[in-house]
Order: sequence, then C-alpha cells, then structure tokens
Amino acid sequence: MPPLVFANDAPTAAERLKDASGVALIALLLGIPMIGLTTADQGGSLQVLTRWPLLAAFIAASFCGRLVVRYLLDALKRRRQAQDRQAGATAAKETRRGGRMLESIGWLAFGLALVLPIVFSDNRYVVDTATTVLIYVMLGWGLNVVVGLAGLLDLGHVAFYAVGAYAYALLSTQFGWGFWAALPVAGIIAGVFGLALGWPSLRLRGDYLAIVTLGFGEIIRVVLINWTDFSGGPNGISSIPRPTFFGLPFVPSSDNPTFATYFGLEFSPMHRIIFLYYVILVLSLLTNVLVKRLRRLPIGRAWEAVREDEIACKALGMNVTNAKLSAFALGAMLGGVAGVFFAARQGFISPESFTFNESAIILAIVVLGGMGSQLGVVLASVVLVLLPELGRDFAEYRMLLFGAAMILIMVWRPGGILSHREPTLRLSPEGGRRE
Amino acid sequence: MMLQLSGVHAHYGHIHALRGIDLSVQVGEVVTLIGANGAGKSTLLMSLFGQPRVSAGRITFDGEDITRLPTHIIARRDISLVPEGRRIFPRMTVMENLLMGAVLADPRNLDVDLKRMYALFPILEERVEQRAGTLSGGEQQMLAIARALMARPKLLLLDEPSLGLAPLYIKKIFQTIRELNEDHGMTILLIEQNAHHALRAAHRGYVMQHGQITMSGTGRDLLASAEVRAAYLEGGHAAA
Repeated sequence: MPPLVFANDAPTAAERLKDASGVALIALLLGIPMIGLTTADQGGSLQVLTRWPLLAAFIAASFCGRLVVRYLLDALKRRRQAQDRQAGATAAKETRRGGRMLESIGWLAFGLALVLPIVFSDNRYVVDTATTVLIYVMLGWGLNVVVGLAGLLDLGHVAFYAVGAYAYALLSTQFGWGFWAALPVAGIIAGVFGLALGWPSLRLRGDYLAIVTLGFGEIIRVVLINWTDFSGGPNGISSIPRPTFFGLPFVPSSDNPTFATYFGLEFSPMHRIIFLYYVILVLSLLTNVLVKRLRRLPIGRAWEAVREDEIACKALGMNVTNAKLSAFALGAMLGGVAGVFFAARQGFISPESFTFNESAIILAIVVLGGMGSQLGVVLASVVLVLLPELGRDFAEYRMLLFGAAMILIMVWRPGGILSHREPTLRLSPEGGRRE
Repeated sequence: MMLQLSGVHAHYGHIHALRGIDLSVQVGEVVTLIGANGAGKSTLLMSLFGQPRVSAGRITFDGEDITRLPTHIIARRDISLVPEGRRIFPRMTVMENLLMGAVLADPRNLDVDLKRMYALFPILEERVEQRAGTLSGGEQQMLAIARALMARPKLLLLDEPSLGLAPLYIKKIFQTIRELNEDHGMTILLIEQNAHHALRAAHRGYVMQHGQITMSGTGRDLLASAEVRAAYLEGGHAAA
C-alpha cells in the first residue's frame, strides 16, 4: 500500500490516544460541576459533597467510548473509500441492479400496506399510526417534487397543508360541501396559493428562498390565529364532517342507512378508522403514480435539470421560471389534498397543527429519505413517525432519541436512506428507446 | 450575415466590461475570439443572451434584432451555447442530458439526432445510461457539445471548450469543431484562451483586450502576427 494512502487512512495508536484524551479532558471539565460535586441536606444546612470515584468512572467511560467510536468511524470510512474506488466502470450496471431491487421493495411495501388493516382490524392504535404515516408519506411526496426534483428548498410546506385543511373545513361547515367534492377544489386552492407565493419568490435561490417560504408558513399560521371571524382563531374549527362511504355515514344509528346497516354488519368504530386508512392509501398511491408519470415526461426532466444547473437550462432555451412554478404549484396542491384528509380525519383543526415543526419534519422526511426518491420518503416517514411513538416509554428523552436517530442516518447514509436515482428512461436490450 | 454586433457596450455593476464591440460571423464560418483572462470574452457571449443586457449597441441574428429579447427566447432562435465549464447535469444520465438539449426541438427528429450524436461521439453511446457526473472531463465536454447540437442550431457558440482538458481531448475537441464545420456546414463562434489551436481551426479571428477588439484577421494571419505570438503563444507580454 502506498505510504500516502496509509497515512490518510489509519491513525496511529498515539493519535487515537490523544484524540480520546481530548474527549476525556472535556468530560473532566464538564463532569466536575455536574457529577463531581453534589449537594446534600445535612442537619438543615446545605453541604457540598464530592463524588470523585463516580467522576473517575465517567471519565474512563468517555475515554473508552471515544476510542471505540473513533475506531468504528474509521473502519466505516475505509470501507466506503474502498467501495468508491471500485465504483465507476460498473456504475451503470450497479444502477440497474439497484433499481430492480428497489422496485421489489416498493411492491413489498405496497402489499404490506394493503393487508395491514386486515391483520390489525381490531387494533385501533396500529391502524391510526399507520394512517399518520401515510399522511406524512403524502406530504413527503408532495414536497419531494419541490425539494427533491426541482431543488427548491421549501421550509413552509405546512402552509399548503393548512390551506387545504382550512379550505375543506370552511367549505364543509359553512357551505355544506362533501369530502369528495371538496377534495379537488381544496387541492386547487392550495395550488393557487403555491403559485401566488412562487410567482414573486422563485427568482430567489437556495437559502433566500428557504427564508421566504419559512416566512410564508408563519404568515398563514398567524393569519389563521388572528382572523377569528374567518378561521375561528386559536379555537380552530370543530365538527368538520367525516367522509362517508359513497354517501353511507359511519355512525352507530341513523334514520338513513349507515355503512353498518347497509352491509348488514354490526356497528364498530373501527369501520371508519379502516376506511380512512384506505382513503389515504389510495390518495397517496395516486400521488405516487402522478409524480412517477410526470418524472418521465419532459416537464419532470426539466425540474431535475433546473435542480442540476439553472444556467445550463437557460442556455438550452428552457423557461426556468415556468418549470419552477409548476413544481411549486404541484407540491402545494398535493400538500393541500393531504390537508383535506387531515381535517376530515381529525374532525377538528386549529392553527396549532400547522407550526413550523411540521414543515421541519416533512422536510426531514424528504432529506432523510434521499432527495427525489419516492421509496425513500416512505421509509423515512415510517422511521420519523414510529420513532416518537416507540419512544413514548422514554418520556422526556423521546426527542433526544429522535435527534440521535436523525444524526445517525446522516452519518451512515449522507445522501439519505435511498440516494439511488432511477433514470427516467432506459434503453431496451435491442437498442431502441423505451419510456 | 448570421451574427452581427455593432457598437456593443455592457456593464457588470460599475465595471465597463464591453467597450464598443464590432464583430460579425458569416454563414458557414468558424470565427474565434481569443484574449487573456478577464478580457471580456465570456461577457461578450453571455451578452448575446441578454446576461448582462447590453447598455448600448445592437445585436442582430439572421437579420433580426435580438438585443432586447428575453434569454430563453434568444436561445430559441437557433443559437446554441456550450457554456464555460461544460455545465452538464451531473446526476442525470447521458441520455437524459441529450434529451434536455432537445426540449425545444421537434420530437420527431429525436431518434435521428441521437444517432447523429453517437456517430459524432461514439463514447456517448457507450455511456448512454451512465450518470453524466461520472464521465471524464473530456467526455463531459463532448456531452455538452452534443447536448447543444440536439437543438439543431444554425449557430453554435463554444465558450472555452478546451478548458481543463487533457491534451489528447483538446485535440479531439478541435477535430470535432473542424468536422462539424466542414462536413455539416455548422457556423461556429469559438471563444478560447488556447490561441494556437483556436486560430488554426478558425477561418477568422478577433483578439480582445480590456473589453475591446484590438486585432482581427484571418486565422492564419493572426497566427503569424508577431503581436499575437508574443502575447498568446509564447507567454508573457514581450514587445516584439
């Protein structure tokens, strides 16, 4: 092995010890006030006691822990470098094999999603959580068009989610619209909001666009809180009608036929839960098909080209503004549709559901999933929704766990869980073009 | 006359980058514009596309005044630009890059045009499903040229195509330029620092200094000129 690579690769034992000593020193400095000293109540007065053995154990643990972590990280780095060296010539073949594997994972996930409520038909918690996952999948797929494909950093996606939710809430409570009628209309309203925001702001790039969209998300929320006559202010809007099964409501008893009486079933609240699950499953599958189709059309390629190099796009005569606006409006529309579903499922919405925190989680789903990857969004949604759920036992450490998991994903998979990009078209073996 | 610039001035903020440029390109010609770093060569090319807008003067293409047209409209006037630094789409495949070049072209020509590009650059056919970012610099340059040609331009603008390439690829690129012109009748405006190769490939040349054209003539004459030799071919600004 050439000495240069060797020097690059493996630190010497002395270097490792020095590195770990540094960490131990920091542990010592932090540990003295936090662990070494403690107070105790002795005879009515507060005494300062010392706990040096515990502190020593703490420092020793930091020292050893650092050695182990450093070693693992180095090993990981070396393995990745070795992989990089092998890549290149076989790149195209690898892509193809990876693509086929991902496709089968996708079908597997689809099958699981399909049978999940049948298997857990009496477990409300599981079906509810799965529904939440699917809402985030849909939001993620919507934002994926904007961030993953067109490369526009949008920190205010929750605004369109809110627009969709409030549009349905108001249309149904004020004008008596049904769920299915309001669904496309609310989606279009959210899309129009996307155009209205995009028109002035899409000439901005990167960080600047992020700040404007962040501001927009807050504007929508603050307006909803303060415009009490319109949105009910902080009290929100309640008794939003639930979706019906082609006109059959999910209620225990009614003069008109209900879902249960029509099908001769005994009433169960699970019927509605499972129905809602399938509604969002269908909505997100439609989203997936739509986005996948669009990606293969010239407009989809235009989005990706804008992400890759805006100047080159202009030189090729593309109208970059139109490409960005269409991506932004489509993302907003999908967010709005998810919002309609959210409002119908909850039956109650208030501005509190649409804080910046939501935008951040949706963006995290897209980034962790691997920008532009549809399946990645699904995996990241599962991880990000289930982690806080699983973490409930850890009470206040829950968010800590959540943060640690996100950091770990970024360390192991810097490009996201699935950074593989499926080409929009391939050559068929005979050599012709195939869409 | 295919392209005509008369009295063109342009500014970058306070910097007066172009100071009255007169330049013309005739149908079927290869014209080169040489000059040192910062002379304003790339500014001149970009100002054709309205970035920056010219502050005075007139640009006509095929008899039409394009001075004030929006950038993407100018690019639809049968002018293709191969930008400096190639600017291919790195995460997209070679095929997708080529398709992006044809966004404005008639889709019926697509298969014929792809075949033409593969004939011109066989390496692209081999790499057609590979991510463009994994190509070597020279291959990326070929891809950038092919992408520009997919739009079936009448005038091809090349901004420093030899920049940062290995000598073998530089040779190949200039060979391609000659081939495009001689076999396909392509009109080419070539911007270069590599004066030696550029002047040999070109029918006519312009020398640019500090935002002005200081010399012009046939490629052969400029190549033989003592001043050009001293400034661009032998290094250093020695007074001959």
